[in-house]
Amino acid sequence: MDAIALSRLQFALTAGFHWIFVPLTLGLIILTAFMETMYVRTGNQLYLRMTKFWGKLFLINFAIGVVTGITMEFQFGMNWAEYSKYVGDIFGAPLAIEATVAFFLESTFLGIWIFGWKKISKKAHLFAVWMVALGSNLSALWILIANAWMQHPVGYVLNNGRAEMVDFGALIFSSSAWVKFFHSISSGWVVAAFFVMGVSAYHILRKNEVEFFKKSLKFGAVFGLAATIFLAVLGDSSGIDVAKHQPSKFAAMESLWETQNGAPSYLFAVPDSSNEKNSLEFIPVPKMASFLAFHDVNAEVKGLKEFSPDLRPPVGLTFFSFRFMIYLGVIFIVLSCMALYYSNKDTIENKTLLLKILLYSIPLPYIAGQLGWIVAEVGRQPWIVYGLMKTSDAVSVNLTPGHVILSLVGFVGFYTLLGVIDIFLLVKYSKKGPERA
Amino acid sequence: MGLETLQIIWFALWGLLWAVYFMLDGFDFGAGYLMPFLAKSDTDKRIIINTLGPVWDGNEVWLITAGGATFAAFPTTYAYMFSWLYLPLLAILFCLIFRGVAFEFRGKKDSYGWQNGWDKVIAVSSFLAAFLFGVAFGNIFRGIPINMVDGQFVYEGNFFLLLNPYAILTGILFVLVFAYHGALWLNCKTEGELSVRAAKMAKKLFIPLVVVAVLFLAMTYFSTHLYDNFFKMPAFFAVIVLCVIALLVSGLFKGVKAFALSCLVIVLTVFTGIIGLFPSLIPSSISPEFSLTAFNTSSSLYTLKIMTIVVAMFVPVVLVYQIWSYYIFRHPVKPEDIADPDVETY
Ligand code: HDD
Ligand code: HEM
Ligand code: HEM
Repeated sequence: MDAIALSRLQFALTAGFHWIFVPLTLGLIILTAFMETMYVRTGNQLYLRMTKFWGKLFLINFAIGVVTGITMEFQFGMNWAEYSKYVGDIFGAPLAIEATVAFFLESTFLGIWIFGWKKISKKAHLFAVWMVALGSNLSALWILIANAWMQHPVGYVLNNGRAEMVDFGALIFSSSAWVKFFHSISSGWVVAAFFVMGVSAYHILRKNEVEFFKKSLKFGAVFGLAATIFLAVLGDSSGIDVAKHQPSKFAAMESLWETQNGAPSYLFAVPDSSNEKNSLEFIPVPKMASFLAFHDVNAEVKGLKEFSPDLRPPVGLTFFSFRFMIYLGVIFIVLSCMALYYSNKDTIENKTLLLKILLYSIPLPYIAGQLGWIVAEVGRQPWIVYGLMKTSDAVSVNLTPGHVILSLVGFVGFYTLLGVIDIFLLVKYSKKGPERA
Repeated sequence: MGLETLQIIWFALWGLLWAVYFMLDGFDFGAGYLMPFLAKSDTDKRIIINTLGPVWDGNEVWLITAGGATFAAFPTTYAYMFSWLYLPLLAILFCLIFRGVAFEFRGKKDSYGWQNGWDKVIAVSSFLAAFLFGVAFGNIFRGIPINMVDGQFVYEGNFFLLLNPYAILTGILFVLVFAYHGALWLNCKTEGELSVRAAKMAKKLFIPLVVVAVLFLAMTYFSTHLYDNFFKMPAFFAVIVLCVIALLVSGLFKGVKAFALSCLVIVLTVFTGIIGLFPSLIPSSISPEFSLTAFNTSSSLYTLKIMTIVVAMFVPVVLVYQIWSYYIFRHPVKPEDIADPDVETY
C-alpha cells in the first residue's frame, strides 16, 4: 500500500474510533444534566444517585473521546498536508473556533463538575453540568461545519493557488452544516438513550435497584423517542441536501444507474459496478428515490452513469450502509415507543422479552452511527472536497509508507488496548450499579 | 487593518498561546514526573493527582487552541510543520493520549497494581512530553533544513538530525523548568510534609535550573539567530533580563509568590524565543529566504479578520471561567478530601 491508501485507512480507523465514544458523550451528558436538574428541583436523593451513577459512566467514556480527538486534530497536518494548505484558509477557522468556543467550556466545567460537589452551591454545580453539555454539543457544531464544507463547499474563491474564504456567513449558515449537525448530535442522543435503557433493563431483569432503574429507563425512553423522531426527520433533510449538492453520492446511496423521473428505491439490491447495473433488485418502492431526494414523486434523479466511472464512489458500501442505517432507525423508533408505553403503564418490569431486547440493542445505535459516517465519507469519494479536490491529491507529499505504517501500527495497538480497558470499565461499572443509598 | 498588521498580531497571538499553554500544562507535567519522588504513600500520590484533576484538561485545550490557531492563521506552516515533524509529533501525541486516560482510569479499580501502573504512565508520559516539546522548540529556534525547489518548500532533514545537542539542551531546560514549576505548584496546593518536601525539591532544582538556563542562553548565541532581533531592537533585551531576574528572585520566595514568579519565567522564556524568531514561525537553516514566516504562510486578510473578531469575543470569556475554576479549587487538597466518598476523585 502507498502512503495515500495507508493514510486513508488510518484516518478512517481513528475517526471511526473517535466516533465510538463521542456519541455517548453527546447524549449521556444531557441525560445526566436532566437528572441533576430534577435533583435540584425536587431534592429527591434518588435523582442525586442517578446523576452520580450515570455521570460516572459518562466520565469513563469521556476520557477516550478526548484523547482520540487530539489525534484527529494532528492528522490534518501530519497526513493531509496538501489538503491543509489548499483549504486551510477556510477549514482551519472552524477548528480553531471549536477549541476556543467549545473545548474550553467542556473541559473547564467538567473539572468543576467532577470535583466541585462540595465546593460550590447546588445551583452553580447544576450550571456546570449544563455548560459541559452545551460545550460538547457546540463542539459537534463546529466540527460539522468544517465537515459540511467538505461535502458542499460554499463561501470561497480560488485564489493564490488555494481556496480562500470570502463569506464566513455562508460557511456557518450552510444548510448542509445544520442538517448534519442535528442529524449527528441526535444520533448521539439515541446512542445514549439506548445505552441507558439497556443498562437499566439489565438490572431490572436481575431485580436489582428496580425503582432506580425503572426511573432511569423512563428517562431514556422519553429522550430516546424524541431523539429518534428528530433523527429521522433530519435524516430525511440530509437526504435532500445530498441529492441537491452531491448527486453522485445520492445515486450511490440508491444504487441508481440510469437517470430517471419517478425513480424507485429498492429495499435491497446488489450493485454490480463493473457492468453498471444491479445484479439483483428486491422489492422496489415505486417513486421512492425521487421522493427521498426532492419530496416530489416525479422528480428527476441523476443516475450513476451521469458520472464518469472514476468520479463515482464505491457503490456497494455506500448503498448497504445507507440501507442498514435507515432500517436500524425504524427499529429504534419502534423500540423506544414500546419502552415508553410500558414505562408509563409501569409494567415494564414484567416485559422480560422487551427488556432483553433493550439490553442486546445497546450496540445497534453505535453501528448505525458508524454506517452513517461511511455513507457520508465513502459516498463523497473520490473527492475530499466535493467537486474541488480529490482525496488522492490531499496527502502529505513527504510521507513515506514507512512513516504511516509506524503510526498506523501505533494507533491500532494503543487504541485497541485503551478501547478494551475502557469497555471493560464501562461494563464493570454498569453491572455494579449505583452506590447504596 | 491591513494584512501585514494582522499577520503580526497573529504571530504575537501564536506566541502568547504557546506561552499560556506551557505556563499551565507545565506544572501538570512537572507535578506528574515529580510524583514518584515526592509521594511517600498512596495518599500522597492521590493528593498530587487530585491537585491536577480539575484543571489538566482545561490546560491541555490551550495546546489544541495553539494548534487550531496555527491551522487557521498560518495554514501553510501548520501543514508543513505537522507533516515534516511526523514522528516527533506522533511521539508527543502518544504521550498525551496515555497521560489523559491515565488520569481518568487510575482511580477506577481498587487494585494496587492497577493504580501503580497508571501512576507510572502519568510520570513517564509527562516527562517525555515535556522533553519532546523542548526538543521540538529547540529545533524551531535553531531552524530546520528547509529548501526551496520549484517554488515549493521542501524539507531536507530527518528524524536523527532533530536530536542535536542544542535541541537536547532545550529539552533538558524544559524538563527542569517544568519540574521547578510543578514543585512550586505542589508546595502551594498541598499541606504538611508533602508540601514541605515539594518546597525542598524546588530548592534542589534551583541551582541546576539556573545553570542550564545560563548555558541555554549562551548556546543560543552560537547555535541560533535568535539574538539578531534583539540586537536590532535592544529594548527587547529587557524581556530576557526580566526573565533571569524573575528566576533568581523566585529562589528567595515560597508559596504563591514563588509560583507566580515561575509562571512569569515560563512566559518570558517563550517570549524570548518568539521575539527572536519573528517573523519566522519555522526558520530555515539553509537560507532565511526559505523560512516559513508570518508573511508567506498566512491566511487571507478576510480569514484573519474573522479570527481576530472570534478571539476578541471569546478568549476573555474563557479567561473568566478558567480563572473562576482556579478560584474554586484554590485551597490545598487535604487527605480528608480524597477520603470523602461523596466527592469524585481520581
Ligand atoms: C459530532 C461530534 C464530533 C465529531 C464529528 C468530531 N468530534 Fe471531536 N469531540 C467531540 C465531538 C465530535 C466531543 C463530544 O465534543 C468530544 C468527545 C469528548 C470530548 O471531550 O469532546 C471531542 C473531543 C475532541 C478533542 C479533544 C478536546 C479536549 O481535549 O477536551 C479534539 C481535539 C477533537 N475532538 C477534534 C476533532 C476533530 C479534528 C474531528 C474531525 C475529524 C472531530 N473531533 C470529530
Ligand atoms: C471534520 C470532520 C471530518 C473530516 C475533515 C474528515 C475528512 C476525511 C479525510 C481526510 C478522509 C480520508 C480520505 C479517504 O480516506 O477517502 C476521510 C475518510 C473517512 N472519514 Fe472522514 N472526516 C471527518 C469526520 C469524520 C468522522 C467524525 C468520521 C466518523 C466515523 C469519519 C469517517 C470517515 C471514514 C469512515 C472515512 C473512510 C473513507 C474511505 O477511506 O473511503 N469522518 N474523512
Ligand atoms: C431514520 C432514518 C435515517 C435517515 C433517512 C438517514 C439519512 C442520512 C443521510 C442521507 C446521511 C448522509 C448525509 C451526508 O452524506 O452528508 C446520513 C448520515 C449519517 N447518519 Fe443517518 N439516517 C437515518 C438514521 C440514522 C441513525 C439511526 C443513525 C445513528 C444512530 C444515523 C447516524 C448518521 C450519522 C452519524 C451520519 C454521518 C453524519 C452526517 O452526515 O450527518 N442515521 N444519514
